[in-house]
Amino acid sequence: MQRLKITFKLTKNNRTRDQTSHTMDDEVKLFGFWASPFSLRVIWALKLKGVDYEYIEEDIPHNKSELLLKYNPVYKKIPVLVHGGKPIAESLVILEYIDEVWPHNPLLPKDAYERSVARFWAKFIDEKIRPMWEFFHKFGEEQQKAIENNFKILRTIEEHGIGDKKFFGGDQIGIADLVFGMVIHYFAPMEDVMGVKFIKVDTFPRLHAWMRHFSEHPVIKDNVPDYSRVVDYLNGYLDIINRMQNG
Amino acid sequence: MGEVKVLGSWSSPYGLRVQWALGLKSVEYEYIDEDLLNKSQMLLKYNPVHKKIPVLVHNGKPIAESAVILEYIEETWPQQHPLLPKDPYERAMVRFWINFLDNKDKVAPFITFFIGVGEEHKKAVNEAKELLKLYEEQVLGEKKYFGGEEIGMLDLAMGWMAYFGVIEEIVDVKILDAETFPRLHAWIQNFRAHPVIKNNLPDHDRLLQNYTEKRQRFLAYSPHTENA
Repeated sequence: MQRLKITFKLTKNNRTRDQTSHTMDDEVKLFGFWASPFSLRVIWALKLKGVDYEYIEEDIPHNKSELLLKYNPVYKKIPVLVHGGKPIAESLVILEYIDEVWPHNPLLPKDAYERSVARFWAKFIDEKIRPMWEFFHKFGEEQQKAIENNFKILRTIEEHGIGDKKFFGGDQIGIADLVFGMVIHYFAPMEDVMGVKFIKVDTFPRLHAWMRHFSEHPVIKDNVPDYSRVVDYLNGYLDIINRMQNG
Repeated sequence: MGEVKVLGSWSSPYGLRVQWALGLKSVEYEYIDEDLLNKSQMLLKYNPVHKKIPVLVHNGKPIAESAVILEYIEETWPQQHPLLPKDPYERAMVRFWINFLDNKDKVAPFITFFIGVGEEHKKAVNEAKELLKLYEEQVLGEKKYFGGEEIGMLDLAMGWMAYFGVIEEIVDVKILDAETFPRLHAWIQNFRAHPVIKNNLPDHDRLLQNYTEKRQRFLAYSPHTENA
């Protein structure tokens, strides 16, 4: 049996660490940022599985803590999950890890083919998140293109991604749902600020229904940042963009 | 275990990863080579979202995205030549690095190395060397393979390095040299020598010819081309 031993060098004191396995009961910490959809999807996963954790709010982007930089020297970004003192970065990698260590209330189905479908859509949506935000901070023709692109992306998800299921994960929330979840707490406020609405019931009936189911789920409902706080945050961000654009 | 097809392209490292994985697990499959300038109806049917290779078709059901396919292969044929460690944390580390090196930003310097010129080429050389240093020192370290004693999923994802020498030959610039990157260099020799890999590498001469033409086309159309 092969054993993989990757040493994850810490930049500060150049120590290397041996990796050994951890149990469900070891201490869990999450470094996150209240407005980040990447951070929120990890919170949802932990809450769905009833995992206790300590949450550390990072002051993004200008005032990242020493600990965060130590735990994620490669990207220096949140979210970072630290389990029994060992850090994991990249939210999709974190979600797979959480599902393996705490297998109850699974985020991935049992069947290998169904798992591949779930991973495909989680990856697809994840890669489209930043492009989907472009309509928010582009102007003129570029904004028009971004808006058209969004419709195209949503059309693909509507037609190929969800089918007639309640959630991407079927009857239960799964990994792709957690990734798409950004539309309810981040994308929707963006739509409000920009005065553009994408997911309408007549043009995207499946996604529209999904949004209702997802946002009504008790765990999700209780763990969504305050809508007006997100709107304020986005307006502040727009101000900065405007100022940069206008010199 | 049912019929397995792979839609790939002879020189694509993403497609080769899938073929290598199946080969290591001794899974028989039918290989279908796609002409990426003239994609088949089959490819468009099996991957309507991205219209890209590789696609694995198992018992008629298609799976796209090489990282997703590798996970499927590992789960479907777990006994032969495991490609992931058992420990969840170590698995997370493998997934982290595959995600890292597949990131557009991390691939771009190597592409620019191939088709860029002037200042942007110089910049790409530096960025590529930094990435290689990271892979050499932090990811591979003292191990024989990224997977330890045996080839693992991360080795397959790093497989593009096994024939990067052809690119260097065409560009006439060496960055992955044995002196600066002794461990990666040793890894390449070991990887290429493995019987499954050895029998599934793109033909050197064909690569040389094909990629030389490709580079010339890019340089001819590039707005940044400097007059030599």
